Amino acid sequence: MTNFPLLSLLIFIPLVGAGFILAIRGEEEVVNRNARSVALWTSFAVFILSLLLWVNFDTTTADFQFQEQVKWMPAFDISYRVGVDGISMLFVLLTTLLTPICILASWKSVTERVKEYMIAFLIMETMMIGMFAALDLVVFYIFFEAVLIPMFLIIGVWGGKRRVYAAFKFFLYTLLGSVLMLLALLAMYHDAGTTDIPTLMNHTFPAGLQTWLWLAFFASFAVKVPMWPVHTWLPDAHVEAPTAGSVILAGVLLKFGGYGFLRFSLPMFPLASMDFTPLIFALSIIAVIYTSLVALAQTDMKKLIAYSSVAHMGFVTVGTFTMTVQGIEGAIYQMLSHGVVSAALFLVVGVVYDRIHSREIDAYGGLIHRMPAYGLIFMIFMLASVGLPGTGGFIGEFLILVGVFKVNTWVAAFTATGVILGAVYMLYLYRRVIFGELTKESLMKIGDLSRREMLVFAPLVLLVFWMGIYPSSFLDVMHVSVNNLLDQMETARAAAGVMTAGNP
Amino acid sequence: MMSSVPNVVPALPEIFLALAAMALLMLGVFQKTDEGDGEVRAFRLISRLGMISLVLVMMLVATVSGATLTTFGGMFVSDPFAVFFKVLIVLASLMALILSQDYLENQKIARFEYAILILLATLGMMMMVSAGNLLSLYMGLEMQSLSLYVIATFNRDDSRSTEAGLKYFVLGAVASGMLLYGISLVYGYAGTVDFMALGSMFKADTHVPLGLIIGIVFMLAGLSFKVSAVPFHMWTPDVYEGAPTPVTAFFSVGPKIAAMALFVRVMIEPFGDLFQHWQQIVVLISIASMLLGAFAAISQTNIKRMMAYSSIGHVGYAMIGLAAADEAGVRGILIYMAIYLFMNMGAFACILTMRRGDKMVENISDLAGMSKSHPLVAVALAIFMFSMSGIPPLAGFFSKLYIFYAAIESGLYALAIIGVLSSVVGAFYYIRIVKVVYFDDLTEPLDSPIGREVGGIILVSALFVLLFFVFPGTIVDGASAATAALFGG
Repeated sequence: MTNFPLLSLLIFIPLVGAGFILAIRGEEEVVNRNARSVALWTSFAVFILSLLLWVNFDTTTADFQFQEQVKWMPAFDISYRVGVDGISMLFVLLTTLLTPICILASWKSVTERVKEYMIAFLIMETMMIGMFAALDLVVFYIFFEAVLIPMFLIIGVWGGKRRVYAAFKFFLYTLLGSVLMLLALLAMYHDAGTTDIPTLMNHTFPAGLQTWLWLAFFASFAVKVPMWPVHTWLPDAHVEAPTAGSVILAGVLLKFGGYGFLRFSLPMFPLASMDFTPLIFALSIIAVIYTSLVALAQTDMKKLIAYSSVAHMGFVTVGTFTMTVQGIEGAIYQMLSHGVVSAALFLVVGVVYDRIHSREIDAYGGLIHRMPAYGLIFMIFMLASVGLPGTGGFIGEFLILVGVFKVNTWVAAFTATGVILGAVYMLYLYRRVIFGELTKESLMKIGDLSRREMLVFAPLVLLVFWMGIYPSSFLDVMHVSVNNLLDQMETARAAAGVMTAGNP
Repeated sequence: MMSSVPNVVPALPEIFLALAAMALLMLGVFQKTDEGDGEVRAFRLISRLGMISLVLVMMLVATVSGATLTTFGGMFVSDPFAVFFKVLIVLASLMALILSQDYLENQKIARFEYAILILLATLGMMMMVSAGNLLSLYMGLEMQSLSLYVIATFNRDDSRSTEAGLKYFVLGAVASGMLLYGISLVYGYAGTVDFMALGSMFKADTHVPLGLIIGIVFMLAGLSFKVSAVPFHMWTPDVYEGAPTPVTAFFSVGPKIAAMALFVRVMIEPFGDLFQHWQQIVVLISIASMLLGAFAAISQTNIKRMMAYSSIGHVGYAMIGLAAADEAGVRGILIYMAIYLFMNMGAFACILTMRRGDKMVENISDLAGMSKSHPLVAVALAIFMFSMSGIPPLAGFFSKLYIFYAAIESGLYALAIIGVLSSVVGAFYYIRIVKVVYFDDLTEPLDSPIGREVGGIILVSALFVLLFFVFPGTIVDGASAATAALFGG
């Protein structure tokens, strides 16, 4: 297995699938049908293949595994290098899992330009897997940034009424953050002479430079996470994007930021990360409390879930910057479970949206009378989002809070209010949509989940419980890598301490 | 002892091109144009032969590549730097000539002089990049400019076209005057116009008379005009809008690349050691161009005007490389220009498909729903627009990557930050085109099918821009070699 280019296959098979779809010609009906099935089978094959990644993953080492390296721009010592460790591997799996689900979820709801839609999704899968697997700064940046193109088109072409506004906002916000990161990346190359990520992790940047580099990366990741106050693109993008677009956005794209903090900010700029921890804590607490309150006031279901995403990602950033094993593992866990749960919640909204074409909470009520299965599914994910023990959400939030508590009890106390507020707005939403009398005329004939929709939710339900009941299967994977990350930071900090002690 | 007959080998491509242009002129004059479609037939014949000549010139350029050769007493230099740019220039001319065929015939302005003017302009541009002396520089520049003034007015019954040509001529003449005045000042204070002699003089002597600096500033102003950098850009939008579209495509690429090459050579070879005297001016020009290019383009409704501002912005980015004034910077410029050539040609080829009936349409809103009526052109246009806004993995990203690396490496952090921020502003109007093409509903479809030649150019350019990331090596290595030659000499 050592020479089998598994990661490259994962990255580029979707692209090949996209090429196939591009080549499909004929009547619109036939093209649409074929495009859907090619996309589904391609992404499904990628998912199966990605399971090999997990099966063959060695949990005893913090090294990057499944590495591949091809010279790309030899003059600059830039190569196409990919590999995964315990931090990134699970994100690759999350991506490969959500893509076929998205394609399945848009089976009926996307009827226009199906071919282009499927191509966009497959290209996006390529970019996302590549982003998590990249071990070269330039390669990372290319994948990181290239996601903008398909996502921009997905929101803009297949989105709702204000899609143009949302697409532009999404594009420009993200671009603004990332171009600063591009400069930081060039400065890192200039300082270290390489763009190789594992090498850079062991490179010590001067303390002054670290601050600037950290800020530039922060500009990019904070927009992606998104952190308060640069989160405003997210509700717009989510509301206007088609269901599957929201799913990918919440499920995977938001993880780019959190992953970036773990992959770059912490190991490469440990001193700056220490300095800026209070800033992160402050912004995260605001995010958790403020956006939870905002979520409470929403009348649009998708917007509510979007704000809840911001709040949940606030937990992630707090956990990351506790720089404790529990905090970081909790953050990763929270990202994974949020990836599953928020994706599922958007799908849940998508189900009724496909039937009634309204996202307004007021348009619903009493759905339990006509859609019992739907009510059950909704409840499972709603409770997972709240963080009920037994679901994935609980483990992540719990670990994060343990980590924070060790560092700062006040931060822990404020962050914990987010759990309560989360329960408030989610239960309130659930009550208004599902319970009560079925009085609305438009809902009288609404049908329950179809078999295809059941199929979409089944793996997610399974995963939510698995993550909640037996977290070890995920935590074991990341454990060694997280410890290694903390060791690296400790070493760097000690080295810097020596340096300052030596230079009075 | 100097031999009485100069070595003509380094200048062989230029000599051949000059002879070819004159021969074609004779041939064209003696065609029967008075009967029926005689004029169009003559146009086709001369254009085809012109294209063949350009291909032959390209081959000749390739044969003299590799070494640094000087001739005519140092007035003419053929080094890898010149060869790199000559390839780009000939390519630009060839593409422009191919693009023009259908357009000129449709507009009923198909006259054979067009191809000859393009050839002569190409000759001028090739001489510009090979100049080893301020006078041969000026000769090349004027040869190019005069041809371009005429081409700009080629649609002579159209008042916009003649206006464009006249504006271009008057302002161009002023710029040439400034350049010449600068040259005369430099000559007066330094006593020589030879690049080598000037270069070694400044290497030895760090004291520079003020008059010479003023001379350099005048030259900078003149050259900035030619590359349409702010604050000497005013002519650009009007000329781009008024000139026939394929001519605009040519203007935005060929002369710009040639002038940029000239700019780099003049600043680096003779005046490279004085860079602390001119660096701040270039930084200022660069910042102003990037910002103006980004902000002024937003409010444009005419796509050719928008492309004019976009080209001003691109010049601003390229100038970052010049401000860095080192190998990394110049290499960045070379790569930038190579990629810019394909991006811009492709975009203009897409603009050339904007036709309804006999009329060309030029409003951005006319592109609405193009993704339905011309799906392939729409994809290509989206590729060019995303590339111009610098989104990876498209070629435009790499051009910015190398330029910004040069800025970071030279410590020009402010310039780099302003550059990336203005590129975000720029992204707005580029993706607005994508928005019109993809998000807006079809109102009135553009004509189809598009011409074979135009389609070919679009395809070639789009593939280049899309697949550049797979094989960046060739162009990057070529640019590195060319830059090394410039700095080694």
